[in-house]
Amino acid sequence: MPTPTEHGRPDPETTTLARSRDGRPVSDRGDTVCVIGAGASGLTAVKNLAEHGFGVDCYERETGIGGAWNWRHDRSPVYASTHLISSRPFTQFPDFPMPDDWPDYPHHSQLLSYFERYADHFDLRRHIWFGTEVVRVEPVEDDRWDVTTRSTGGYGPERTSRYAAVVIANGHNWSPKLPRYEGLEQFRGEVMHASSYKDPAQLRGKRVLVVGAGNTGCDIAVEAAQQASHCWHSTRRGYWYAPKYVFGRPADQVNDTLLALRVPLRVRQWLYHRTLRLTVGDLTRFGLPKPDHRVYETHPIANSQLVYHVGHGAITPVPDVGRFHAHSVELADGRQIDPEMVVFATGYLPRFEFLDAKILGDDEGVGRPRLWLNAFVPDHPTLAVAGLVQPDSGVFTLSHWQAVLFARLLRLRTTRPERAAAFANRVRAGAGERYSGQVKDSTRHWFEVGHADYLRALERALRDLEGK
Amino acid sequence: MSERTIERVRIMRSWEWARPVRPVRREVLSATPELEEGQPLLLFVPGFGHGAWAYAEHWLGHAAERGFPAYAVSPRGHGGSGPAPEANLRAYAHDVVQVAAGLPRQAVLVGHGAGALVVAHALARYPARAAVLVAPVLGGWATFGAALRRNPLGTLPAVFGGRLRLSRRQLFSRELPDADARRHAARLGRAARRAQWQLLTGADPEPAVGRPPVLVLGSPDDRVVPSSALTRAARRYGSAPLLFPGMGHDLMLDARWREPIDAILDWLVKHPARDDRG
Repeated sequence: MPTPTEHGRPDPETTTLARSRDGRPVSDRGDTVCVIGAGASGLTAVKNLAEHGFGVDCYERETGIGGAWNWRHDRSPVYASTHLISSRPFTQFPDFPMPDDWPDYPHHSQLLSYFERYADHFDLRRHIWFGTEVVRVEPVEDDRWDVTTRSTGGYGPERTSRYAAVVIANGHNWSPKLPRYEGLEQFRGEVMHASSYKDPAQLRGKRVLVVGAGNTGCDIAVEAAQQASHCWHSTRRGYWYAPKYVFGRPADQVNDTLLALRVPLRVRQWLYHRTLRLTVGDLTRFGLPKPDHRVYETHPIANSQLVYHVGHGAITPVPDVGRFHAHSVELADGRQIDPEMVVFATGYLPRFEFLDAKILGDDEGVGRPRLWLNAFVPDHPTLAVAGLVQPDSGVFTLSHWQAVLFARLLRLRTTRPERAAAFANRVRAGAGERYSGQVKDSTRHWFEVGHADYLRALERALRDLEGK
Repeated sequence: MSERTIERVRIMRSWEWARPVRPVRREVLSATPELEEGQPLLLFVPGFGHGAWAYAEHWLGHAAERGFPAYAVSPRGHGGSGPAPEANLRAYAHDVVQVAAGLPRQAVLVGHGAGALVVAHALARYPARAAVLVAPVLGGWATFGAALRRNPLGTLPAVFGGRLRLSRRQLFSRELPDADARRHAARLGRAARRAQWQLLTGADPEPAVGRPPVLVLGSPDDRVVPSSALTRAARRYGSAPLLFPGMGHDLMLDARWREPIDAILDWLVKHPARDDRG
């Protein structure tokens, strides 16, 4: 298998045709497309662009593929027990299924081996420059892009290459979001974000407060219930805790049976509520707050064990944190608790530090780009963001189709420019569109999409792009 | 690069997601060259009633001798794979895609008989490097008519869920020694009822992903697939069929088995992996 050192490295000496704005040499990579990141979304972008005949240079800051799903990476958020939340059929790439004898909800290490196999099967590594981070991405004339890279960690010289298009696939689950609390600096106990939580041994024998009821927060609360001497679980509101299995089948497969039957949302919500009522039961009896919303209005939590451990008294559900004192935490209802350790499972925010925030329409620089289909950038037809979605199922299927759509768009820019122009108008008109039902307003739901709504919109976009 | 006709891509597969095919033990036979030469890797898919054994007889070894890693899968209910009396075409295509995705490189899918239809379905779910359809039975009423005319006793029971039975004279030319023909015929099994019915009633395969080049070959003297069907199948993929006169339906078992497999391997060597790879 060829390795990146053997051929094709963008080399300023031989191909320099242009200079950047500040006069540095730029190596022109012609029609080649640049992909930033070799995680799941980056890999599928590389594979689909290559499949559509494009040359691809992919830059990966780490030395391996897999991005967030590679536990060796310092930006990886996975912990020892991370399992998938969505079952296999919703998680795999649509044209490269996971082995059918794998469990319904594979472990993160299986997922990494799946990506390794994907990369080997389609010979993707020859496109990837490992240990290389992207410093700057700047638009230049003719909708092309200057991408400046250097060795990860800032060693070595910077080099700039010019690309026909750029796919940003740098992930959105690596930059921790830490809420501010009064008195947190004075708190004498241990404080960590879930991103640095790796192993339940970290919790053993301690009094632990877990903040946040995302899937990670619930997983950590469940592990704390088994390892810590006590666990408080603080949530902003009541949630629906969906079991991973209903009627002996993965819950998302049951849900999609209803979607396949085109059952309307309201009916699905009613059925969902009925099912939870019959299986999980009345959560307020466990001391959990009553959900203030209907299901499908917050990101789904798939956790069969949380309620069970609450029932064992191993998890004490508590409301939002009010403020911190040196040795205690005051809750929103005035109660005082005395944890030794606080784990903030408060999520992540996307960051595109190599790109001017305005390019993505994020004028305030808060990390919320204004895109169409969560991927296409108004007025920048050769730029796409891959995998910036938080679906109620797996991300990778969605990233795959984003990449296919982008590859076909790039091809049509040369063969049928009028179609590409129509697409650009569509992007401008549709920027900021949402692909889910009503969701609670929170940074957590910025990128929330319903997988069926989203994929249908993508299917329409693909057919409009190529239609007769 | 020539633009082919616009194909409607299908993204939503709610039923398939909601009802994944169950896993089954799958028999995979293989022959790999002693020295890895980077030649394309082949995955052979047998037709109804046949198993991977049909390829293990001659073609696997011959491909490996010429430097091509060669694998053959028995779809569920066939050969040495686990039983599956309720299987349908989707389950067979699933078996093919599962095995293909488990191979070290992108595979060339080679399907024979109704296995070619299975391959056509698999192509919509796996970006094969190329595809070869050997004496393809792509289903439809015309095939049924031909089968009924030529072999009414073997065909009619299948209408009622019985076994689709092909005679030795349909499968092999007279050049094949009778003992061999008898031996092969004795190994034939059957496909599941639902899969047999789907030859008539099943939906057309969806467009292939990744635009693989497709080769169609067969024999004008095939007593299962009329040459008009060969031409039709080839036209569907924008080419003309490669013909091997004087051979029976089972090109991989017939006396002159060497000619078609050599033609396939030559085509793979000459043909670029994809028309616009760059």
